[in-house]
Amino acid sequence: MEILVCVKRVPDTAENEIEVAGDGSDIERDDLVYSVNEWDNYAVEEAIQIVDKVGGSVTVISVGDEEAEEVVRREMAMGANHGILLSDDAFEGSDGKGIATLLKAAVDKGNYDLILTGALADDGAGQIGGMLAAMLDVPYASVVNSIETLDDKKLKVGREIEGGNQEMSEIDLPCVLSIQTGINEPRYVGIRGIRKVASVEIPVWGAADLGLAADSMGAAGARVKRLDYFLPELGEGAEILEGSMEEVAEKLIDLLKAKGGIK
Amino acid sequence: MEPALISPASATIFGIPANIIYILIPLIGIGTFAYIIFRRLTPLLKAAPDDRFNRIPERIRSVLKIWLGQWRHPRYMLPGVVHIFLFAGFLIVGARSTQLMFIGFVDGFQLPGFSGSFGAFYNVLKDYATTWILIAVAIAAVRRAIFKPARYAVPPQYGKDHTWEALLVLGLIAALVISESLFEASLVAAQTHKGLHAEYTAPVTLVWFFKHLLSGSSLAALQGVHSVSYFIHEITFFFFLCFLPMGKHFHVIISIFNVFFMRLDRGNVKPVRYGIDDDKLDDLESFGVKVFEDFTWKHMLDFYTCVDCGRCSDHCPANAAGRPLSPRFISIKGRDYAFKHYPWIGSNGGPSKPLIGDIYSEDEIWSCTTCGACEQECPVTIEYIDKMVDLRRGMVDEGLVPQSLQKPLSALEKRGNPWGKMEKKRADWTKDLAEETPVKILEKGKTAATLYFVDSISSFDDRMQAIARATARILNAAGIDFGILGKAEKDSGHEVRRFGEEMLFQDLKDQNTDAILNSGVENIVTADPHAYNALNKDYSGLPPVEHISQTIVRNVKAGKIRLKPVADTGKTYVYHDPCYLGRHNSLYDDPRAAVDTIPGLNRVEMAGNCRDRSFCCGGGGLMLFYEPEEEQRMGVIRVEMAKKAGADVIVTACPFCLVNIEDAIKVAGLEGEMEAIDLCELIEQHLIIED
Amino acid sequence: MTGQVFAYIRHKEGKADDSAQELAVAAGKIFPDASPTAIVSGAGSDLDAVCSEVAAAYKEVWKFDNEALAYPNAEAIRKLLVNVLPQDAVVLVAHDTFGMDLSPGLSIKLDSVFISDVVAFDGLEGDTLKVIRQEFSGQVSTHSSCDISAGAVINIRPGVFQVEESGAAADGQVVDKSGDIPDLTVGRRFLEVVEAEVGDVDITKEDVLVSVGRGIEDEDNIEIADELAEAMGAVVSCSRPIVDAKWLEKSRQVGTSGQTVKPKVYLALGISGSFQHLGGLKGNPYIVAVNKNPKAPIFQVADVGVVQDLLEFVPVLTEKIQESK
Repeated sequence: MEILVCVKRVPDTAENEIEVAGDGSDIERDDLVYSVNEWDNYAVEEAIQIVDKVGGSVTVISVGDEEAEEVVRREMAMGANHGILLSDDAFEGSDGKGIATLLKAAVDKGNYDLILTGALADDGAGQIGGMLAAMLDVPYASVVNSIETLDDKKLKVGREIEGGNQEMSEIDLPCVLSIQTGINEPRYVGIRGIRKVASVEIPVWGAADLGLAADSMGAAGARVKRLDYFLPELGEGAEILEGSMEEVAEKLIDLLKAKGGIK
Repeated sequence: MEPALISPASATIFGIPANIIYILIPLIGIGTFAYIIFRRLTPLLKAAPDDRFNRIPERIRSVLKIWLGQWRHPRYMLPGVVHIFLFAGFLIVGARSTQLMFIGFVDGFQLPGFSGSFGAFYNVLKDYATTWILIAVAIAAVRRAIFKPARYAVPPQYGKDHTWEALLVLGLIAALVISESLFEASLVAAQTHKGLHAEYTAPVTLVWFFKHLLSGSSLAALQGVHSVSYFIHEITFFFFLCFLPMGKHFHVIISIFNVFFMRLDRGNVKPVRYGIDDDKLDDLESFGVKVFEDFTWKHMLDFYTCVDCGRCSDHCPANAAGRPLSPRFISIKGRDYAFKHYPWIGSNGGPSKPLIGDIYSEDEIWSCTTCGACEQECPVTIEYIDKMVDLRRGMVDEGLVPQSLQKPLSALEKRGNPWGKMEKKRADWTKDLAEETPVKILEKGKTAATLYFVDSISSFDDRMQAIARATARILNAAGIDFGILGKAEKDSGHEVRRFGEEMLFQDLKDQNTDAILNSGVENIVTADPHAYNALNKDYSGLPPVEHISQTIVRNVKAGKIRLKPVADTGKTYVYHDPCYLGRHNSLYDDPRAAVDTIPGLNRVEMAGNCRDRSFCCGGGGLMLFYEPEEEQRMGVIRVEMAKKAGADVIVTACPFCLVNIEDAIKVAGLEGEMEAIDLCELIEQHLIIED
Repeated sequence: MTGQVFAYIRHKEGKADDSAQELAVAAGKIFPDASPTAIVSGAGSDLDAVCSEVAAAYKEVWKFDNEALAYPNAEAIRKLLVNVLPQDAVVLVAHDTFGMDLSPGLSIKLDSVFISDVVAFDGLEGDTLKVIRQEFSGQVSTHSSCDISAGAVINIRPGVFQVEESGAAADGQVVDKSGDIPDLTVGRRFLEVVEAEVGDVDITKEDVLVSVGRGIEDEDNIEIADELAEAMGAVVSCSRPIVDAKWLEKSRQVGTSGQTVKPKVYLALGISGSFQHLGGLKGNPYIVAVNKNPKAPIFQVADVGVVQDLLEFVPVLTEKIQESK
C-alpha cells in the first residue's frame, strides 16, 4: 500500500508559554522549540505499521519553509521511506484551503492508496484532511483511532466519538483519514536515527513544480485571514478565597453546604 | 614388598587389565571435557570485543583478594563460611585427585615433591580437608533440602526449581570424598590386618572413621571396597569434570578467569563498542545489544560463571519492589540461551533472534535503577549495569522506548532538561537569594574559581531548588568564590547515557564541557551525586570535581564554616547513602562527617542496610519519569528501614533521593512521624553567619 | 450578504442536541435579519420528534427522512447537503466529532469558505465576517476574517453561545424535503457503534463530582480525592490525561471525548480547564477550582477558586469536612 502522510512543523506547547508579540501580528517565537505535530507523528507511526504488515511504502510530505525539512527528515528517521517538502515564497499566508490545494497538487503527482493527516494541529482547525478528501473526491474519516486493512480495496476504521464510544465504518480505498492521538505507541526516534538520514535527498517542490495558478495559493488566494493574536481580557472569573488553608477550607465548606455539595 | 591389596593399576576387571580402563577413563573424560570447553567457547569467539588485558597487577590483586581470599563470601556469613571451607578443601584435595588419576595405571604413583615429609604433611592436611568437605556438603544439603533459603527459590515465571542441581552436585562431591576415603581406609585396614606398615590416618577424619569401621572386615571384603571405591571415584571424578560446564558449577573452573577479567572501576559505563572512539560512533551500523552475539565475550563469560546464588537479586531494590527484574535471572537466562543455541553436542542454533521479546522483556530491562547493589554482592564479580545499558542502547536504536520516557528525552534534546522548561529559566532559583547571597552567573566574561554545577532537578524543581539555595548559602558562608553556568548549563546527561541514548548524552556532554572550559573555573562542586558521577566518570578533561559534603567537612575543619548546635535535640537522624555517592564512588564517610559536624546531633545507622548495602531510593534522572510495574515503591521500603532503625529524620545527600523519600513518606502514611531533609538544607539551617 | 442561513441539527434517540439551540442563537448574532433554516436528517418517528422540538427555535425546519440517514454518516449527509443547499448558503454546524467530519469537505464541495471552531463573533461588514478563534490548545486567541460572498460553512464550538431562557418560541414549520434526497451511496459505510466499557460507576448520574486532573501528579495521590469524595458523599471523575495514563477508567473521564455530566456541584482539582474537558460539563454546575497556578483557565469559568497545591489543600478540606459532621 502506498501511503502519504501530511505532517506539520509546530511549536511545542507543552511547557512553552505562548505569548503574544508586541503588536499582535504574531506570537513570540524567539524562545520556542519546534517539533512535528503530535497527531501527525501518530499518523506516521500508523502508516509504518500498516506497511510493515501489508507491504508498500510511506511518504511524508510537509508544506513549510526550509526549516520544515527537519520534521520530514525526523519522520524518515522513524521509518518513512520517502519525504517531500513543498516550499515556495508564494505559499506564504495560505489559508487552510490553500494548503489543501498545494497538497492535492502533490498527491496528483503520485499514486497513493491512503492519505493520512493528524486530526488537529497548532491552529486547532482540523480541516486539511477533510478538504483534501473532497478535492480528491475520495471518502474521508476524521478522528480515527483504529485502522484495519480488510483487503486492498477497503479498510475498517474506528472513529472516536462523544462519550468515549467508537464509531466503526468500512471505507473504500483510496481515502483520506485524520488520525487521533493514542491510536498506537509511536516508536522513539533518537539523535542517532536522525543522523543516519542526514544526507538523504528530500525533493523540494515549488509553485512551478505543482503547476498551480498564483491566485489559488498564498496570501493572494486566502479567503480566511488571521488578523492578529491576542490574549482575551480575563473576565471576573472565580471568587478566589483568601486566608490560611484552614480558613479557606472552612469558608469553602460553608459554600459547598449551601449548594448541596456535601451530603 | 608386596602391597596389602591389589592396586588398581595391577588389577583386572572382568578379565581386562584395569590399567587400560584407567587410562581410558581419564582420556575420555579429559577429551570430552576439552571438547565441551571448546564448544562453550564458540559464542565468545563471535562476541563483541572487550578490554580486559590491561592493568595486570590490579587484576592479579583482585584474583588474590576476591577469588583466593573469597572476600565477598562472608557477606552472607553461614553459607559464606561453608563455601570457604569447601573451596579451600577443593584446592587442597586437587593434588590428591591428580595423584589418584595416575594411580590407575602407574602403580604407587606420587606427584613430584610429595614423597618425603611434605607428602606426609600433605596427607594429614588432605585427610582433614576431605572431612570438612563432607561436613560442609552436609550442611549445604540440609540448607537446600530442608531450610530452603528464600533467595534460592525460582519464581514461576523463570521455570522450574534448581534444587535438584544443587543436591546432585553435593551428592557427587560427597561421593568423591567418601570414595577417596574408603579407597585409602580399606588399604590401611588391610595393611593393619596383614601386619604391614599402615599409612598414617589423621585422627577424627573421615578416613580414620572408615579405617575403624573396616577394621574387622575380611581381606576379600577390603579388596572389594578398595577396587570398587577407586572405580567409583574415577568415574565420578570425570563425570563431575564434564558436568561442571553444564550448569552453575562451571564457576568452579572459570571463576578465576571471571575475577581476573573483572570490572576494575565503578560508576562508569562501558563504551558503545570497545575500540570505537566517541567521534566515530556515527559510523556504527548498530548500537547496543540486540542479539546474544552483541554481548562482549566477558559478558558471556559472566553468564557462564553465574553461581545461581541469588545474592544479587536478594539485594536488588527493583526485585524487592516487585518489578519484573531479578538480576540472577538475567544471568541464568543468558546462560541458558548460550547452552541452548551453542550446545556442547549437536549443531549450533540457527540465526539469532532479538533478545528483547525472547528471553528478556522490555520492562525487565527498564526497571533497573543502576544502583550497583547486585555487582557489590556477586562473589564472582559478574557485571550487570553495563549489560543493562547495552540492552537499553539496543532498544533505543530500534525505537523501543516506553512512551513515558520519550517526552523527557525529547525535552532533553530540545531544552537540555527533562521537563522541557525554557533554558533562560534555569537560573531562576537564584532570584530568591538576590539580596543576601547573590549568585554569579558565569557568562559574558564573568569568571570564578569554583563552578557550582547545579544540574536540572535542583534548577527547575520547586522543592529541589531549596537544595540549590542552601548549597549557594553554604558556599557563600565558606567564602568560596563561585558561580553557576546558568542557561549555558545543560543536564549532565547521566541517566540519558544509562538509559541507552548515547548520542544525546554525547551532545549534552560536549555542550557542558565547552561551557565549563570556557568559564575558566579551576574546580567544580556539586550537590547532585548523579552530576558528580557524570562529571567524574563520564566526562573528561574537566577541572577536579568534588561533592558538597567534602567541601563542608574541609571548611568546617578549617574553621571557615561554623555551625550551631542542633536545633531539635529530640530528633534522631539517619543518613541514607545515595547510590552514586556510596557504592559507585566510595564516598561514605564525608557525608556522615558533614552531618556529624553539627554539635549534639543524634545520628543512627540503618544496620545491615547502610554504606555499600544501602537500599536505592527508587532512582534518579529519567527513572523519575518511568512508570514501572511494581508492587510497592522502593522509597517506601527504604523509609520503613529508617523507621526500624529508630529514626525520625532521614538525611539525604541527593535531590533524587529527597524526591523519592519525601514522596514515600506520604505514600507510607508516615507524615508527621518521619521527615526527610537534604544534607545542605540541614547544614544551612545550622550555619552561624557573621553579620 | 446574499446566502440563506442554515443550521445542521444533531440529535440522538429522538432528542435534539443542545447545540441545536446554540446554533440558532449564533445565527441570530451574526445575521440578525436572516431567519435560519434548521436541517434535520434521519429516519422514522425519532426524526419527527426532533423536528417538532427544533421547530420551537427555527422558523423553518427541513426534514430529510431516509433509512440511509438513520445513523448520521457525515459522508452521506455531505452528499445530501451539497444536493439540497442553495448557492452561496451559509451553514452553521456544531464543532463536535461530526462537525469535524462533515464541514471541511462540505465547504470544498460547496465551493465556499470554511471557518473551524469559532468561539465568538466579531461583526459582519458587507461580506467580511470577523470571528474569534483559539490556537495553541487555547493559550491564545485570534481575530480572523473571511469572505463569505460565496457562502460559508461555520463550525461553532458547543457551549459558547448560551441559550437565553426567555427566548421567544419560533413556532416554526416543518417541511418534508425527503423527496430531494439524492442517491446516498458513498465510499464510507457505517457498521456499528462500539460503546465505551461501562465502569463501576456512572458519573453522568451524579450530583456532586470531585474531579482530578494533571495536578494530582501521581496515581497514588488519587487516594486524596477518594477520601474527599467519600467525606462529601460524592464520586471521583477526571480529565483525559488521567485516563491516558491509565490511572482511572475511561468511564470516569469528563470531556468531549469522555462523558457528559450535569452535576450540581463540580470540584476541579488540579485541572487546567481546557475546553475539551469543560465541553463535557453541562447544565450550570457550581464549579470550585483548586489549582496552584493562578493563571489556569479554569478560574475563568469557576464560581469559586482556591490557589493552592491540591496535594496539600485537599487533605485539610477533607479533615475539616469530617470534623464538621
